Amino acid sequence: MENRLRGKSAIVGTGHAGFGEAPGLTAYDIMAQAGLAALADAELKLSDVDGLFCTMMEDSMPALMAAEYLGIRPRFVEGTMTGGSSFVNYVAAATMALEARLCDVALIVYGSNQRSGSGKLVTASRPPPYEQVYQPRYPISAYALAAARHMHEFGTTRQQLADVAVAARAWAQHNPEAFARGDLTREDVLASRMVSDPLTVCDCCLVTDGGGALVMVRSERARDFPKPPVYVLGCGAESTHRQISQMPDFTVTAARESGARAFAAAGVSPSDIDVVELYDAFTINTILFLEDLGFCKKGEGGAFAEGGRIAPGGDLPVNTNGGGLSCVHPGMYGIFTVIEAARQIRGDAPGLQIANVDLALAHGNGGTLSSQITAILGSENTL
Amino acid sequence: MHEGPDLAFRKGLSEGRIVLPKCDACRRFHFFPRVVCPHCYGTLFTWREASGKGEIHTTTVVRRSTNQGGDYNVCIVELEEGVRMMSRVEGVPPPDVEIAMPVIAYAGEIDGTPAVLCRPEGS
Repeated sequence: MENRLRGKSAIVGTGHAGFGEAPGLTAYDIMAQAGLAALADAELKLSDVDGLFCTMMEDSMPALMAAEYLGIRPRFVEGTMTGGSSFVNYVAAATMALEARLCDVALIVYGSNQRSGSGKLVTASRPPPYEQVYQPRYPISAYALAAARHMHEFGTTRQQLADVAVAARAWAQHNPEAFARGDLTREDVLASRMVSDPLTVCDCCLVTDGGGALVMVRSERARDFPKPPVYVLGCGAESTHRQISQMPDFTVTAARESGARAFAAAGVSPSDIDVVELYDAFTINTILFLEDLGFCKKGEGGAFAEGGRIAPGGDLPVNTNGGGLSCVHPGMYGIFTVIEAARQIRGDAPGLQIANVDLALAHGNGGTLSSQITAILGSENTL
Repeated sequence: MHEGPDLAFRKGLSEGRIVLPKCDACRRFHFFPRVVCPHCYGTLFTWREASGKGEIHTTTVVRRSTNQGGDYNVCIVELEEGVRMMSRVEGVPPPDVEIAMPVIAYAGEIDGTPAVLCRPEGS
């Protein structure tokens, strides 16, 4: 199927702020700092922004709060909340809005002070009505239930889960922006505190502050900015549930569909992809998404991730910034998959830069494996 | 007062019964209760009491300090009617709960709130 939107939009600015710990700042302060950084990267001003794509962990109308804070009056606002995948969704939404001339400069932006602000997940929503009474520890127990089933069906091991965390840490150790850079071995992960079996504290993403932002424009003017444009070649999505108890198959995520759609839209296949940026809220995520996106067969994700195969120097560069497990995870990580993918293509990744990256995949996960959104980005060579 | 599907389920549970909606059109059960069948989009249902027979689809042990009550089980149970829901297995140490274990689901309560609980079959 031909994709009329292939290559029609481009990322011309990326920014981040408040990585790790940003005490004394509100979530909106961090959001604004990230937005300003992305606009500076593109040599644009807030007054140029006429499309705002934002959601936050606070408030019932976060996009309006953000516009108000930034002092802008956007003519297009998109704030659909699908959890951490929202920001990959905004890449698709911004592409549509730009192409439809509903806006000319799209700012996708997020910030959180989750670590300094409260030390725990900030949430404004009511708990899942058919689960709360059983007191699962959200969100980890949801992912633990998926991991346990994967281990049961395919023989995936705790060692393989641990190797995902070890690989993420190895990438982070090369990234000065990453929050967790201490040594981490498989044995460390296995010996760390169990939180919700089979997941230990080292199988979980970080709890940090941080914000991220992207500036997007139509491709026709993408070469007018200082940084090499990163083109949006294709996006795909699917959502299956909200409450983990409603997940149709605990070992198969909707990344199977979102990935297939994104690959079809971009006209490429998994073997073409140079770097893979996955939303690794927990170690099982990386395994599930490598399988469901087609980098390996269903059930083989554990073996695929084992023994450094997705670590620096391995077969496939996965989560080259250190991911949510070791770089940054301020409540929602999705935007950082896109930022790292874009920087790898531009050649200015903060940590290990992979040589000659033309195609990168960014994958967002939202809820409890609920919303899956895939974006495929490319360099000028891929148009 | 009209009794909606959520209320009907919770009322059943508080009276000691697990009741499930069965779609009049496709004859399949679903959970959670709602006004439209997620299988065929039918809107007419008949409530049936679940047999209680089921098996553990997946399971976790939520770790908690002893002075806060200690570890406990959280699981997904699949009932023989074909529906899955979150539950807890009681009466066995949490780490002994295994996937595919046959269980009997029953209406109980957690901290005073009605809930679907499970016990190992034959116990």
